[in-house]
Amino acid sequence: MSGWTLAELERWDERIREKVAEFGLDCYPQEFEICDQNAMLGYMAYHGMPAHYPHWSYGKAYEQTKTMYDHGVTGLPYELVINSDPCLAYLMRDNSLLLQILTIAHVYGHNDFFKNNFTFTSATRAKDTLAAFKTRADRVRRYMEDPSIGADAVEAFLDAAHALALNRNRNQAIRRLAPEEQRQRVLERARPRPDPFAPLHKRPQPVEPDLRRVPLEPEYDLLLFIRDHNRALADWQKDLLTIVDEEARYFLPQIETKIMNEGWASFWHHRILGSLDLPAELHLEFLVRHNQVVSPHRGGINPYHLGFVVWRDIERRFGGEGSAEARAKLFAVRESDRDVAFLRRFLTRELMEELDLFTWKPRGEHLVVSEISDEEGWETVKAQLLARVGTGSIPVIAVIDADYRGTRTLYLRHEHDGRDLDIGSAEKTLAHVRTLWGHKVHLETRLKGRPALLTSGPDGFDAKLLV
Amino acid sequence: MSTVFRPYSEGDSLRSDRSAADRKRHREKLRKALKENIADIIAEESIIGRDRDRIIKVPIRGVREYRFVFGENEGGVGTGDGSTKPGQVVGQAGQKGERGPGPAGSDPGVDYYETEITLDELVEIMFEDLELPDLERKRLRQLLADRTAKRQGYKKQGIRVHLDRRRTVRSKIRRKIAAGPPPATEEGEPEPFGFRKEDLTYRRLVEEPREESNAVVLCIMDTSGSMDRLKKYLARSFFFLLYQFVRSKYENTQLVFIAHHTEAKEVTEHEFFHKGESGGTLISSGYKKALEIIEDRYHPDHWNIYAFHCSDGDNFESDNEAALEAAARLCEVCNLFGYGEIKPLGSHHYDSSMLEQFKALDADNFHAVLIERREDVWPAFRQLMAKDRETAG
Repeated sequence: MSGWTLAELERWDERIREKVAEFGLDCYPQEFEICDQNAMLGYMAYHGMPAHYPHWSYGKAYEQTKTMYDHGVTGLPYELVINSDPCLAYLMRDNSLLLQILTIAHVYGHNDFFKNNFTFTSATRAKDTLAAFKTRADRVRRYMEDPSIGADAVEAFLDAAHALALNRNRNQAIRRLAPEEQRQRVLERARPRPDPFAPLHKRPQPVEPDLRRVPLEPEYDLLLFIRDHNRALADWQKDLLTIVDEEARYFLPQIETKIMNEGWASFWHHRILGSLDLPAELHLEFLVRHNQVVSPHRGGINPYHLGFVVWRDIERRFGGEGSAEARAKLFAVRESDRDVAFLRRFLTRELMEELDLFTWKPRGEHLVVSEISDEEGWETVKAQLLARVGTGSIPVIAVIDADYRGTRTLYLRHEHDGRDLDIGSAEKTLAHVRTLWGHKVHLETRLKGRPALLTSGPDGFDAKLLV
Repeated sequence: MSTVFRPYSEGDSLRSDRSAADRKRHREKLRKALKENIADIIAEESIIGRDRDRIIKVPIRGVREYRFVFGENEGGVGTGDGSTKPGQVVGQAGQKGERGPGPAGSDPGVDYYETEITLDELVEIMFEDLELPDLERKRLRQLLADRTAKRQGYKKQGIRVHLDRRRTVRSKIRRKIAAGPPPATEEGEPEPFGFRKEDLTYRRLVEEPREESNAVVLCIMDTSGSMDRLKKYLARSFFFLLYQFVRSKYENTQLVFIAHHTEAKEVTEHEFFHKGESGGTLISSGYKKALEIIEDRYHPDHWNIYAFHCSDGDNFESDNEAALEAAARLCEVCNLFGYGEIKPLGSHHYDSSMLEQFKALDADNFHAVLIERREDVWPAFRQLMAKDRETAG
């Protein structure tokens, strides 16, 4: 051990918990497990889950994380905490005493966030997290061991399912409509509006909605849609789709709140350690470590940094450190926002200027600054930032028609927001869609400003401009 | 409720290398990807002509997991140091994966890896799927160079020099004991117990052919003015493969470099690849030089000879007949004689080609390939080896 004992950690934890209670953080019961580097990397590859189904991509994640750490990464070294009740976190055996104290305080910040932020409370059940991952792992292993299915078939199917895992409904707090409600809504929309000028002009012919169309409205849960509408799928295949979708559902809140969540934990570890009266040498190490964690990434965005700065600014603007108003504001925001809303509401022009946020564009071989956060540019910069945080980096794909022109062709539409798809990835991903769907697949999108149709069919991939 | 601390347990840690199976599967896939990208990798100049133990870093486009992602031309948002100005350069295109602008965690990430492998490993992977054990055996059996005699057992008939005295005497003693004490005679002088024919034992000798395991690779290259850097580079890639292949099959492999334009000479490896010559081309000169060297130093009975010639095919027309004749003679002495015509894309319209000429050459172990760009090198080599396998099988 690196100069600390378990008893010492427990004493520090007790003091930290006193502060947690004093500041009003609302946490699940907490559990810490001490592990060595290998186990840590192993946990990290499987998102911290003690049980997880096997797939080669996690082996790859392991190698990547290892490489990353071998080359030295910023952020808190080996910080891993799971959204579960009780909240589970790992402490790396070889970390120094100060790093353990810092990590413990940081973890309580996450713990509070998991328990209170709406993206987590609406989409995940923290009580069942570990058990759910365990049963999913057991199911996948059973299919792999089943001689009539086999590991290879399971792997190939998971490869395809993983490709679409994040193409699902983003705001999970919004309830899905039942089929009957969907029908009602479609009919409602088709009904002609009351027209005050009816006597003056010809009434437009009402268009009868096609109620046999599948889906009635654009459908965003790709995996679930395929599971429910591809009748050729075997039960184990449908179950794999369910499993992959459930995992994505679990992880989506973390993607949606990365900046808020890391910022929140950093904000609280900073506040808690600042109030612990650390001995001088620990205090010095604390300052060094904290600055490493929240240092800006030149040319990129460090979520720890951005989040920390914005939370501090909220506290300053709404009453100042220690005031009840500021505290109430902080807690309200951590409950009701996700990254997009958080930044839209609280990233002010002054703050952007202070952070020197800018947009860049590739020009020839170089990446060149296009706008900076000045009078003219800040709105553009902010808009671009908002488009990229959370699930903004995932293109929105909707199922439009499951029986396009009566040929069982799946017709997808990319909801283009000014950013083109990467065609290479789209080609490979469409091939995965085709594996899952079993028939031809179209994807409507725009390329360089013109509508285009990408197709994956028996003759391979084809991309053509529609105009 | 109080916080639970679970102490570190060594046993748990030892048992919990849980990602081992997934890592193994990933590496298998990586190796497969490496194999599929081998054409690109061997086309990298840096590995050609290098030490075999050297560790090389091979950038490969990993085993990618595809999703729908936005294109790379879409730009991003970054944090500056307080003095950022529009128009300032903040990075190099194509390095996005490294310090990916964009929020960490939501960045799709670019799956570029650098894998470290030794050149040896690479060569092994390269030849793994060529499956040529038959070729090797056949080629080796053809060369019964030395014959040495070796003892193997005994026989009752033979010539005097092979007589095994010890066994012969032993046989006599055995017979004598079996016969019991000699009958008494009046004279008291016992009859001498002599050798009989059945006592005689001869050594059996068998002749054993010793398999030769020498090979020589003759690299013949056109260094005339028309061979530019790219063409030479393509030729070099091909020679590299050939050399590595031959080397992986034989114990003792030698390399001979013959550069030719209108006349040919033997050169060092460095000169071969780096010296530019000018002037016209007489292909026959290179072949004749090769024949000369073979006659001098590499008797076909003792050596496996692989000759390969790279040229852009821009030969003087008057020389074609002589070249063809010399090529036919090379085929007689070589295990494999190959000709690679190097025509970077688009250049065949106006250049003359030897491929046409060589169609007239009728030999099983001759093979001509066309290389138009880097990616062709590996398929061309495979094709060549496949042909060889046919004739060998």
